[in-house]
Amino acid sequence: MAAADKQPVTVTWAGPLSGAVGCFLTWVDQRFPLMSLWRDHLAEYYAPKNFNFWYYFGSLAMFVLVLQIVTGIFLTMHYKPDAAEAFASVEYIMRDVPGGWLIRYLHSTGASFFFIVVYLHMFRGLLYGSYRKPRELVWIFGMLIYLCLMAEAFFGYLLPWGQMSYWGAQVIVNLFDAIPFIGPTLAIWIRGDYVVADATLNRFFAFHVIAIPLLLLGLVAAHIMALHEVGSNNPDGVEIKKVKDPKTGHPADGIPFHPYYTVKDTLGVVAFLIFFSVVLFFMPEFGGYFLEYNNFIPADPLKTPAHIAPVWYFTPYYSILRAVTEDFMIFLALGVAAYVVLIWRTVRDLRAKAGAAVMGVVLVFFMKGPEQFVLDPKVWGVVLMGVGTLIYFLLPWLDQSPVKSIRYKGPIAKVALALFVISFVVLGYLGTLSVTEGRTLLAQIFTLVYFAFFLLMPWYTRMERTRPEPQRVTG
Amino acid sequence: MLARMLAGALVCVPLAAAAAEGVKLDRLPADISPNDPVSLQRGAQVFVNYCMGCHGAAYMRYNRLQDLGLTEQQIRDNLIFNGAKIGELMKIAMDPNQSREWFGATPPDLSVIARSRSSSAGSGADWLYSYLRGFYRDPARPTGWNNTVYPNAAMPHVLWQLQGEQVLRTETQAIPRGSKGEVERFEVQKLVLEKPGAMKPADYDRMVADLVNFLAHVAEPSRQARIDLGIYVLLFLGVLFVLAYLLKKEYWKDVH
Repeated sequence: MAAADKQPVTVTWAGPLSGAVGCFLTWVDQRFPLMSLWRDHLAEYYAPKNFNFWYYFGSLAMFVLVLQIVTGIFLTMHYKPDAAEAFASVEYIMRDVPGGWLIRYLHSTGASFFFIVVYLHMFRGLLYGSYRKPRELVWIFGMLIYLCLMAEAFFGYLLPWGQMSYWGAQVIVNLFDAIPFIGPTLAIWIRGDYVVADATLNRFFAFHVIAIPLLLLGLVAAHIMALHEVGSNNPDGVEIKKVKDPKTGHPADGIPFHPYYTVKDTLGVVAFLIFFSVVLFFMPEFGGYFLEYNNFIPADPLKTPAHIAPVWYFTPYYSILRAVTEDFMIFLALGVAAYVVLIWRTVRDLRAKAGAAVMGVVLVFFMKGPEQFVLDPKVWGVVLMGVGTLIYFLLPWLDQSPVKSIRYKGPIAKVALALFVISFVVLGYLGTLSVTEGRTLLAQIFTLVYFAFFLLMPWYTRMERTRPEPQRVTG
Repeated sequence: MLARMLAGALVCVPLAAAAAEGVKLDRLPADISPNDPVSLQRGAQVFVNYCMGCHGAAYMRYNRLQDLGLTEQQIRDNLIFNGAKIGELMKIAMDPNQSREWFGATPPDLSVIARSRSSSAGSGADWLYSYLRGFYRDPARPTGWNNTVYPNAAMPHVLWQLQGEQVLRTETQAIPRGSKGEVERFEVQKLVLEKPGAMKPADYDRMVADLVNFLAHVAEPSRQARIDLGIYVLLFLGVLFVLAYLLKKEYWKDVH
């Protein structure tokens, strides 16, 4: 429809200004798709009526994103990205800038809560199969957001220029050193220096305040556009678009996002803010997990802390990295071999069999082959950590269950998900601690559980009987 | 191998839970209040008299000490000795390179020391309280002093004339174990005051507690404002939650 042919916008409420507002909206709507955006994404976006507790975390993630951007803007007004001044400028914000302590704590507490909210949001996806067809792209955009968020948090954590900022960045950038051939050059290129230094701080600042946030906003838009194209999943995992009200043509189990979910999510935001405020105002350090105690010591390139731990939201992957020791390599190689045997014996497609066999031989060759070809366990640690973060991307294709939701899956899928959550939490906890022999062993066991959850999924989701999905949502 | 792995998993769960820092810290006395202006003012006085020879509090401004219930004039008269202006930072003149040469380490700035010393073993205040009472004579050290909380500290015992001189004694303690009268012996190291100082031990502890109270305040001067504001924010959110709940209920009453 040509913009000028559109019907005038009518305002549904009566009042002294309703005529003027209607005129103004009509004027805008004839020049900009205002009303169609409003309808498509809010007033006539039909969402399943049976969203439960787990469905609060999407809108909460958006809320925290806005909070981080707004508080971040105010922080940049007084923060100085200079190795000689950064630490002092943060304390300046905490003491001399009026309200500065509040803005800073909002941002630092917000960072941790962002990950809490996003992890719960992702867990919802695992529970109800929200990544399954036709929502693969929703999931992939979501995973890209998650990766951006990790980058954003990593870059941001250097900025206060405390000991943990400094040595955390040093450890992570040094991981790139482990890459064969190009590693050392790459690490210098990332740091802009031979050690983490002023150049590193400046570029991390640039990434943190503009590059990654831009990407993040674009990806969030894509995530929501893809979601609204296919429609939201729900705790039953059934498609509400299949059953439509014959009179209106809208999904029978759907309700307009606005006002139903806008008021419901408002309630969610207020409840969230209560938890958020308890931490922010009464325990902003959260026992050293949200603000690490060592980070109140200014960065000192000459003094390595005895115990370097990343912030809690990275620790599951950090544990995986540390779990890969010399002793562990044989188990890793055996795992690869067992996986190839499993594929060989259960998959019919000859090309898939051959591909798996070749891949397996190559991997084992570099893990436990002739000594001059074996890659350092450190390299495999980095590889495993990388695969551990990226493997979520494959979920839409790994899950072969005939049903989406955990409600109708069998006991094996339920146990598998529970084991995965336990391994994620245990790995996370171990990652905050220093290494002992026992802890490394525990981390190795749970690393295997973590990967088994994903890699064996095509088999265990297919082999067990599921309960039939209902025709309509069950409330 | 599998058995070993499983056994390891069982054994190391309690190990992980029991992990903590090596030293047992004394707790800052419970009657020391972060809102007690007398304690904080006394701590400030000890700080400028004894600590600021070597340590600054370079993120803190003198006029912020008005939070302790002092006037600008009182701060100028009693707490500023180096001619600094009231709005200036509590910096010191000592050159960090020279002090590194003298002590082997630059004395750290103390603005946020109380926050940085927190650990699972105790708060930063507990650490400082234990540290400042943990100095003992050790002829092996260049300064003649060592510390139980921070072994081989570069810092000499600045307050020794007040506390006196402690030494570290090793005693054997016997603790009965089991029902058959078995006894387990182990060595305990104990600080003993060998030469009394100008203050009685209880008075010295009190003074250190006040100093630590002040350092904890300096580490986060907005702490009290944060807590005060937090109470109002939570009250507001509580009311808002009820309203948001009622609004949601009203809108959702026709959804079945």
